[in-house]
Amino acid sequence: MADKLKFGFYWAGSCGGCEIAVLDINEKILEVVDKADIVLWPVALDTKKADVERLPDKYLDACFFNGSVRNSEQREYAELLRRKSKLLFAFGSCAHHGCIPGLANLYGRKQVFETAYHSEPSLDESKGVEPKTRSAVPEGELTLPKFFDRVFPLDRVVPVDYYLPGCPPPVPVISAALDAVFAGQLPARGTVLAPTLALCNDCARNATYPKKMPDIKRTWETAADTGKCFLEQGIICMGPATRSGCKTRCINGNWPCTGCMGPVPEVKDQGAKMISALAAILALDEEQKLSESDVNKLMAKVKDPVGTFYMYGLASATVNTRTQR
Amino acid sequence: MNDERGTMNSGRRITIDPITRLEGHGKIEIFLDREGEVENAYLQVPELRGFEQFCVGRKAEDMPQLTSRICGVCPVAHHYAATKALDSAFGVAPTKTARKLRDLIYAGYVIYDHILHFYFLGGPDFVVGPDAPKEKRNILGVIEKVGMDAAKEVIKHRAYGQKMTEILGGKPTHPVSGIPGGQTKPLDEEGRKEIETMARSCVAFAEFTLGLFHDVVLANKAYAKLITDPKLGLAVYNMGLVDEKNRVNFYDGKVRVTAPDGKEFAKFEPKDYLTHIREHVLEWSYVKVPYLRAVGYKGLTDGADSGLYRVGPLARLNVADGMATPRADAEYRKLFAFFGKKPVSSTLAFHWARLVELLYASELALELATDKDITGTDIRNMDFHMQEEGVGVVEAARGTLFHHYWLDDERLVKKVNLIVATTNNMGPICMSVREAAKRLIHKGKADDGLLNTVEMFFRAYDPCFGCASHVLGGPGVEVNIRAADGSVRRISD
Repeated sequence: MADKLKFGFYWAGSCGGCEIAVLDINEKILEVVDKADIVLWPVALDTKKADVERLPDKYLDACFFNGSVRNSEQREYAELLRRKSKLLFAFGSCAHHGCIPGLANLYGRKQVFETAYHSEPSLDESKGVEPKTRSAVPEGELTLPKFFDRVFPLDRVVPVDYYLPGCPPPVPVISAALDAVFAGQLPARGTVLAPTLALCNDCARNATYPKKMPDIKRTWETAADTGKCFLEQGIICMGPATRSGCKTRCINGNWPCTGCMGPVPEVKDQGAKMISALAAILALDEEQKLSESDVNKLMAKVKDPVGTFYMYGLASATVNTRTQR
Repeated sequence: MNDERGTMNSGRRITIDPITRLEGHGKIEIFLDREGEVENAYLQVPELRGFEQFCVGRKAEDMPQLTSRICGVCPVAHHYAATKALDSAFGVAPTKTARKLRDLIYAGYVIYDHILHFYFLGGPDFVVGPDAPKEKRNILGVIEKVGMDAAKEVIKHRAYGQKMTEILGGKPTHPVSGIPGGQTKPLDEEGRKEIETMARSCVAFAEFTLGLFHDVVLANKAYAKLITDPKLGLAVYNMGLVDEKNRVNFYDGKVRVTAPDGKEFAKFEPKDYLTHIREHVLEWSYVKVPYLRAVGYKGLTDGADSGLYRVGPLARLNVADGMATPRADAEYRKLFAFFGKKPVSSTLAFHWARLVELLYASELALELATDKDITGTDIRNMDFHMQEEGVGVVEAARGTLFHHYWLDDERLVKKVNLIVATTNNMGPICMSVREAAKRLIHKGKADDGLLNTVEMFFRAYDPCFGCASHVLGGPGVEVNIRAADGSVRRISD
């Protein structure tokens, strides 16, 4: 059918959870294949790279690209699919903000090599051997993509038209985006296709959002009450700094929000926003009475601040990498 | 220089790029000699993400979430391997109800993952046909073949597995329920009823799927020949978790290893994995190849003298004495009766074994959903006895998965060692692809259908190269295959 839309789904540096999220729309996938030809989808279809290269430019009406860009092959695909697509969607937290694998920006490639090939306890006497990048084999040469020193969200590599946040994007967010594409009713380019309010606005526990946070506790140190705001219970929850749209999935599982939907629209740096929210409530009315060492003791209870406040957003944060010297 | 399927370089090389219908990235390079016979074949995985490094410094309790992102197809496996490693590092055992809830969420995960593989990834090769046109050789072709009603059943039951994770774990992909000593949340009666209804339906669907396998695959002479061709199997060691009666167990138990002749070779506590497994670094490859330490690394070759082993559905069935539920156990016996021997070395028999496990997981989910303890509220044991390190082992859908963490006094991560399912299988996967290429490609003739048949020999393992690539530190994985004469093809700068 000539009038059917042409879709592509692609994954770069990803875990595959975004592919599963697409399948999680369940029977709606039948509507998708009714309205669109899926031209590329490596997890499900046998389309090869050469097939994509042969497509005319702008052939795909919409390409949903998940995963971050960590090596030259992923960049090549990002550029190829940008060229072949009218609309390019950064699908999921990795393409949007770098996600959890973006925490690798804390370490250099040298350290990664050291861990993998020199010091791991399961290595045998071959430890210390390091693999080589370009390889001559008796039959010819084998090449591998170049590994970049850091993780890039998709829009640091090619222009992106729309973003679907989340790890993985929640089904209602995906369905709404597909409906908007089918109806030809997409908002301004550059929009994050998800609700704009903070997660607390959707949270059933919001009624107990505290004026003050009494203490800081780790999740394993306490049995969290399933009805009370996590902050009220001393557990750091990223809800105040995080976009809603996920139907409070983690909180339904009695686990605090860790921030996978990214910041609300007016906030650039999700971690900074959360730190500011915490500062506003942490031991507030006791502040006057606390000595400096008391304050320091309380602050020291925030363990691993980078992993806590930038679990998904490090690669796109204001300060987004650590240089090894 | 591009032909219909792949890249031909100087007429002696066939590239399949990317390999498809799997989780993650990879390509296959096949080299031909002057007569067009296969000289060698390489399977390369061109990505990595480096989890073992960047998990250092993180909070221990975040590990089940962080490592879940190794794989969004098997997040529950990583989540609970991590949770069990934390149990061990916190010196605590889950309560009775928590343990049953973990078994239940795990059964739901196996249901969805095995359905995904059979209908979406590996199964289309059989249901639609290995050499069907490539635009049909997928779930859409399966829908066309089995009809819309059956297709809706496939979609529904895959969703059931996911729904069980959502009810028990918050998120269907990347759940949040595992915490040292228990679960974050109990199961209420409403959720229990919903799971019971879904599990009951999954038992029937698993039996339908096995029926389909018998009718469409085993009854087809061409497929049966592919499955039983001894040259397309591997005589390697097998590994998997077993319960106290040596039956398959996904969540817990001892690691049992059997030799190529089927005799028990080792049976050990998961925490002792370092005594039994070593990983070999290859100068010419980015993959580390695990092997049995007591046998030794002899290259990518099979037989009792080579320490390579397989994991995953067929390996689990091979090391076990049976299944813990009645219908699955009956099907288990049918499988071994069909081949007339044990262990089964056929690579494509992984598909059948996977469906036996789908039935087992469905029966298990039903059993647990009707267990009187399952809605208990005693779900956290907080009597911690802190240890410096902890090991957690589970069976991911695609094989044995080891997580090992070292923690400091503040319960921050100091060091991580992971051996994931697909890494365990890496050597055998490469050998299977090489042997299939040699058996199937002659006189340089390799059309799309034939090359897809080669791909079927990695697909059978349900590999997750997303998983395998997370542990690696180099610019990619490169698997160099030994030549038939046993000589190592050395790759260097």
